[in-house]
Amino acid sequence: MTATAANPNIQMPPAIDAHLVLDGLTIYYGSREAVARTDLAIPRARVTAIIGPSGCGKSTLLRSLNRMHETVPGGRAEGRVLLDGANIYDPSVDPIHVRRRIGMVFQQPNPLRARTIAENVSIGLELDGIGRREKEAAVERALKRAALWDEVADRLDRPGTALSGGQQQRLCLARALAVEPELILMDEPASALDPIATLRIEELIRELMTEITIVIVTHNMQQAARVSDYTMFMNLNERGSGGVVEAGPTQMIFTAPKSKQTEDYITGRFG
Amino acid sequence: MAQAIVGRRYRRRVLVNRLMLVLTVLATVISLVPLVLILVYVAEQGIGSLSIDFLTHTFRPISFGTTSTGGGVLHAIVGTVIITGFALLLAVPIGIMAGVYLSEYPGNAASTAIRFCVDVLSAMPSIVVGVTAYVLIVQRVKSFSGFAGSVALVVLMVPIITRTTEEILRLVPQTSREAAIALGAPKWRTTLTIVLPMALSGIATGVLLAFARAAGETAPLLVTVLGNNNLTYDLFGPMQALPLLAYRYTEQPYTVLNQQAWGAAFLLVVIVLGINILVRIVTRPRSHR
Amino acid sequence: MRTEISADSRRIRLGRQLQHGDLIFWIVALLFAVLVVVLLGAIIAVTWSGSADARHAFGWHFLTTTAWNPVSGQFGALPAIYGTIVSSIIALLFAAPLGVMIAIFLNSLCPAKLRMPIGMMVELLAAIPSVVYGMWGIFVFIPFFRSYISTPLSKTVGSALPLFSGPVNVGRGLLVAGIILAIMILPTIAAISRDVLAVVPNSQREAMLALGATRWEVIRHAELPYARAGIVGGMMLGLGRALGETMAATMVIGNTPKIHASLFQPATTAASLIASQLPNANTDLHSSALIYLALVLFLITLVANSIARALVWRVSRTGSGA
Repeated sequence: MTATAANPNIQMPPAIDAHLVLDGLTIYYGSREAVARTDLAIPRARVTAIIGPSGCGKSTLLRSLNRMHETVPGGRAEGRVLLDGANIYDPSVDPIHVRRRIGMVFQQPNPLRARTIAENVSIGLELDGIGRREKEAAVERALKRAALWDEVADRLDRPGTALSGGQQQRLCLARALAVEPELILMDEPASALDPIATLRIEELIRELMTEITIVIVTHNMQQAARVSDYTMFMNLNERGSGGVVEAGPTQMIFTAPKSKQTEDYITGRFG
Repeated sequence: MAQAIVGRRYRRRVLVNRLMLVLTVLATVISLVPLVLILVYVAEQGIGSLSIDFLTHTFRPISFGTTSTGGGVLHAIVGTVIITGFALLLAVPIGIMAGVYLSEYPGNAASTAIRFCVDVLSAMPSIVVGVTAYVLIVQRVKSFSGFAGSVALVVLMVPIITRTTEEILRLVPQTSREAAIALGAPKWRTTLTIVLPMALSGIATGVLLAFARAAGETAPLLVTVLGNNNLTYDLFGPMQALPLLAYRYTEQPYTVLNQQAWGAAFLLVVIVLGINILVRIVTRPRSHR
Repeated sequence: MRTEISADSRRIRLGRQLQHGDLIFWIVALLFAVLVVVLLGAIIAVTWSGSADARHAFGWHFLTTTAWNPVSGQFGALPAIYGTIVSSIIALLFAAPLGVMIAIFLNSLCPAKLRMPIGMMVELLAAIPSVVYGMWGIFVFIPFFRSYISTPLSKTVGSALPLFSGPVNVGRGLLVAGIILAIMILPTIAAISRDVLAVVPNSQREAMLALGATRWEVIRHAELPYARAGIVGGMMLGLGRALGETMAATMVIGNTPKIHASLFQPATTAASLIASQLPNANTDLHSSALIYLALVLFLITLVANSIARALVWRVSRTGSGA
């Protein structure tokens, strides 16, 4: 990190080959500061987890990484987020481009109703126009990467909502993967799922990590410990906005946290 | 950012987006144009024909060539007041009690059937209701009458009152009912002294809306009340009503009468829109239907 | 001791009275509610029995024959049914796209401050008495329509397309009626579409947004498909309203029970035929035929409205717009 990093507890790898760099990023809803100024780097082809008590701005910070927070009235950000060195908040950048390169999976599986399984996967590609054969191949590829192909190959024309919760979430992952994003943001992707479905999602995250950078919000510390390489701990500050208290290799955060707050949280003393 | 990744069709997508958004704005504007045009025209034509005479005289025969604007629509105002007033007298108790039944005794087969009937009635073409009153009353007694018109209007008013009453009573918190019942009050007393008073303004809204709807109805009156050029208070004979007069005078070749038709239309629009705007402002937090 | 007992028994007696009170209240409320059913039953029974003469005389042919001649006692409802359906479909063609666009605008684009006044203005269109629409149609719209639409159209396209052929001097006709009806049913379609669009869960929108969709693409791929059944329901409700609308149609359609190829020619609808002829019906057969027509009209609107309600209900209750 550069010298501007005011917080000595942030020990992420150097920004020089990071995938995303948050540079003085502050997020507001209207006039309220939702997430205080954050400076840190998110490494390429690794899983970074964001943990912390509920209401501390985890989801807000995550959503600001592909400008999804702007879809909520009043949502805006100051500072820069550099994707491979290019600022996604540059006035000349259309958020459409950002979201196309940085995909997202939500807490509740949200397959499009009134659309089939195949259509759900291909919808992102269709926005830009795609040939039929090309599309079929892309659907198969995405479903295979999301480890769903074997379960749905024979019923691609069934509605996406007919699947089980875990399958629906993998369908949403396939939908995000189909447009070949470089990064995927996951907002508590397993919190609505049963333990077995959760396990499958976690396995998938580890597999995908080799090719895609993943940022995952979770309130489940075990999950963070299992799937992530790096962990950011967030908490509410004295002004009532969220902020990153500590960040670094997961191993370190969970075994030798520098901050008292982090230690209290991971040992279950609050939150 | 690397434009190449996103898009072959990026330009086109942004263009389509703009175009469609502009189209929705345009559609809204286009739709509001007739409203404005109609209101302006009605006001323009209507205000000009308003006068003391217009409100205090009745029909005065006209021959070609006369330019006098004599005569007025008093008989139609009286008719509208009597016909809709009498209809209101019948429709209010039926509508409110049916609404009470639907909200206080929901979920049984009877209330499902009744709710279905209310739905069918509310979508019934008003002319069919008029035909029914015609067959039932006009044909029987061999005379057109304000009474037959009132009966037809009752059928049009009841579903509106019932539905609003039911919706409003549903909004009365269950805890208010339970509190009264826990104190030992029987259901009927709870309903009459706690639930209904809490919902009074909402029910009044429904009644007003029903009145506004009935006051502007023409078709059922055409086949039941017929029309009358003289001032009459006899509910059991042919009467005149504002919308009916507006229709009849529009079809006349005399400019004087056409002008009076606009005057009547203006009165109607003021009454009906006045009630609607009032109701919407008072009940703003509720959903718009 | 004695006083306690009597107090107890008094309470029990009071309790019984209260139960009686509830019973009476229930009966009274039910009676009034049943009265609603009676009203509907009366309409059906009366139009059924009132149309007996005509039903016996013409049977199903009533619906398929075109002669309407009170003097010779020939009554065929086809022109009226044709006029009713064609004018309503024209109305729907104009009002459906406009109504849905308004709903989209109000629901997802309109600045919050303008939402309430614009929404209210659109809905006020529904409150204007239909006779006023008819008057405006006669005095304002028809002259405009004749100068700028029907005359030029009939002179150009009209020679090739019978649909738009002249003469246009009458002014009153099917297309004019359809357009006036469109203005009248617009608020219905807009209001229902707006309601069902409002229940589209945000997660559906986010699904599209996260893929890099534009605002319109979110509407097109997430909102409209989800709300489709309800929107179609709103259109059917609008159609139902157009089918049964009487005064505006009566005043601008020309009241001629004939089927013309041209939309510029006068025609009639079931409702306007009844309204214009029932008060002057001289023979029993004539009035019976008009009552028969009312019965047919009732059944047509009933079908349209039932479909509409089923569709709207599906979206707003179960949320599955598939």
